[in-house]
Amino acid sequence: MRGAQSIRQGQARAGWLFVLPTLVLLGLFLAVPVLMALWVSFTDWNGRGSPFASGIGFVGPDNYRELVGKDGGLTRSDFMTSLRNNFYYVLLVVPLQTAFALFLALVLNQRMLKAVGFFRTAFYFPSVVSSVAISLVFLFLFSGGGVVNSMLDAIGVDGPTWFNDSRGLLHLAGDGLGLWNASEPPSALADGGMLGLTWWQWLAGPSVALSVIIMLVVWTTTGTFMLMFMAALQDLPLDVEEAARIDGAGRWGVFRNVTLPHLRPTMLLVTTLGLIGTWQVFDQVYVMTQGGPGKTTLTPAFLSYSYALENQKWGVAAAMAFILFLIIFAMASLQRWIFRDKDALELKRQERRTTKARAAAGSAA
Amino acid sequence: MSTAHTRTPDTKPMVRDRTALWLFLGYVVLVAFAFIYLYPFLVQLTTSFKTNTDAVSNPLSLVPDPFTTSAFGELARRDFPLWFTNSVVVTLLVTAGRVFLCSLAGYALARIKFRGRSAIFTAILAVMAVPGVVLLIPKFLMLNYLGIYNTYPALVLPLLVDAAGVFIMKQFFESIPESVEEAARIDGASTFRIFWSVVLPMSRPALITLTILSFQGSWNELPHFIVASQDSDLFTLTKGVATLTSGQLGSGSQYPITMAAALLMTIPVAIVFFVFQKYLVRGGTSGAVKG
Repeated sequence: MRGAQSIRQGQARAGWLFVLPTLVLLGLFLAVPVLMALWVSFTDWNGRGSPFASGIGFVGPDNYRELVGKDGGLTRSDFMTSLRNNFYYVLLVVPLQTAFALFLALVLNQRMLKAVGFFRTAFYFPSVVSSVAISLVFLFLFSGGGVVNSMLDAIGVDGPTWFNDSRGLLHLAGDGLGLWNASEPPSALADGGMLGLTWWQWLAGPSVALSVIIMLVVWTTTGTFMLMFMAALQDLPLDVEEAARIDGAGRWGVFRNVTLPHLRPTMLLVTTLGLIGTWQVFDQVYVMTQGGPGKTTLTPAFLSYSYALENQKWGVAAAMAFILFLIIFAMASLQRWIFRDKDALELKRQERRTTKARAAAGSAA
Repeated sequence: MSTAHTRTPDTKPMVRDRTALWLFLGYVVLVAFAFIYLYPFLVQLTTSFKTNTDAVSNPLSLVPDPFTTSAFGELARRDFPLWFTNSVVVTLLVTAGRVFLCSLAGYALARIKFRGRSAIFTAILAVMAVPGVVLLIPKFLMLNYLGIYNTYPALVLPLLVDAAGVFIMKQFFESIPESVEEAARIDGASTFRIFWSVVLPMSRPALITLTILSFQGSWNELPHFIVASQDSDLFTLTKGVATLTSGQLGSGSQYPITMAAALLMTIPVAIVFFVFQKYLVRGGTSGAVKG
């Protein structure tokens, strides 16, 4: 009895010893720092000395007010610009990477296809390469007289100077459709606005420069998500598909009614990871554009970094990080809710259908 | 039933034709995408052996004319070797530390019964959910507070543990049959002894997966190194090479040099990738995803 107890005690000690280094490091470089940053976000600390010294000014919610409040100046319009840019970025990257990943996974999932390994490797490889290296390659590909423009030139298209082009794609599209003249924005849009940006600025869409980063990220991340879809597709028993085919369902019908519902959990995973990842875009902006041209590639993550480490405005920068955290959290929750809700709705609809079918069968019998 | 039978002979060739057509379309799509995925790497490879004039005037050509290794020579004269060494040291330390600490913690959470275990596990799950970019400023604050900003430990220590790694190892250890450990325990082996000489040797696949993920993660890490130091002696590859676009080389038009740098920093990851691909493919779907 005593032996058992001492063994249990020994186990408890071993357990704590085993997790202790991890706990200490996570606490030291994660939990406590977050609390420190929370404190800093309520101060006007300028990076000199300790942020906990007695002379540091506690400013309450001023930093947050400067970012989203009524009369924020340049800081607010910078922050709103970064949110706008990142919003368009997310809006394009998440659907594109999910669609391409699913598409490639479906193509690779065909039976009788040879060299699956080769293609899978080719598509996945960019995911493991450093974002810095890939950014450098894309800087060259999309440079003024670079690879992409030479290709466009060959088919008679005059390519833009990608990284110097701050024109918004929606502005350009509207211009092309004759909705407005991009160099003379309609006064209805240019005069009004909210939170430091005019409606015209809000509606710019991603700039040409930002669209290069969008292409780069879709290109790199698609492979990872493709693997997730492929794994899920392999779990789908072949006979289910075959049974549906024998029942007379066409390719599209099988995809819609069998494959897609089966992929729903993976879809949730992929879009959640995509959403969380895309709101954090930093590396590519740091290497390729530093927020330019015309602040059209500024993102909250990069802005927070540059306010803190370059301009020593630590309080505002920390506040930005926390707002970004809230955005990511809210987006991920919202998305979970949307998916869950649909599941429940679908379940209800199915139930109704079965009861109806049963009733019909009953009456027929 | 009988109608289906009579229909089979003449529908079958059509079905086969259709399948062949789909297969053909599949190949067309795959080859097109493979071009989009491989061409940038070919450009990177060949441009690094070009002269700057050649790179600018014939960007599409995949044949360097003239062939030169001057970009690599130029990199060797600059700080590139220092960055490379720093990256190797940091990556080795981080990888070794992560594999050891994550397996220790993962084992405790999977197998050792002690009070507070489930609370710790919940805390680790919560940590996994914190977006990394939000931690940049907090990390700087702590490094600054501890007085290790701008030192080697600042590059390594915060990367030493990875909540996702703990999670992966815990999942794996739970899949090992407990009977093996019990036999060793009856023989009087200590918990660490059992972990070290019985469980770890059985855990090769998980250990390899974690090693690769840690290697790749720390080799490619950029934001942490940006906030952990500013001393150019402490530049790692990612941070140093990122300066090539703006700082040292002026307008960043020296494409062969940047391409050579990108190539050299890709090679170690590429080797690991091709050697251990099956582990990476498995781990990539369970571990973190970069944005």
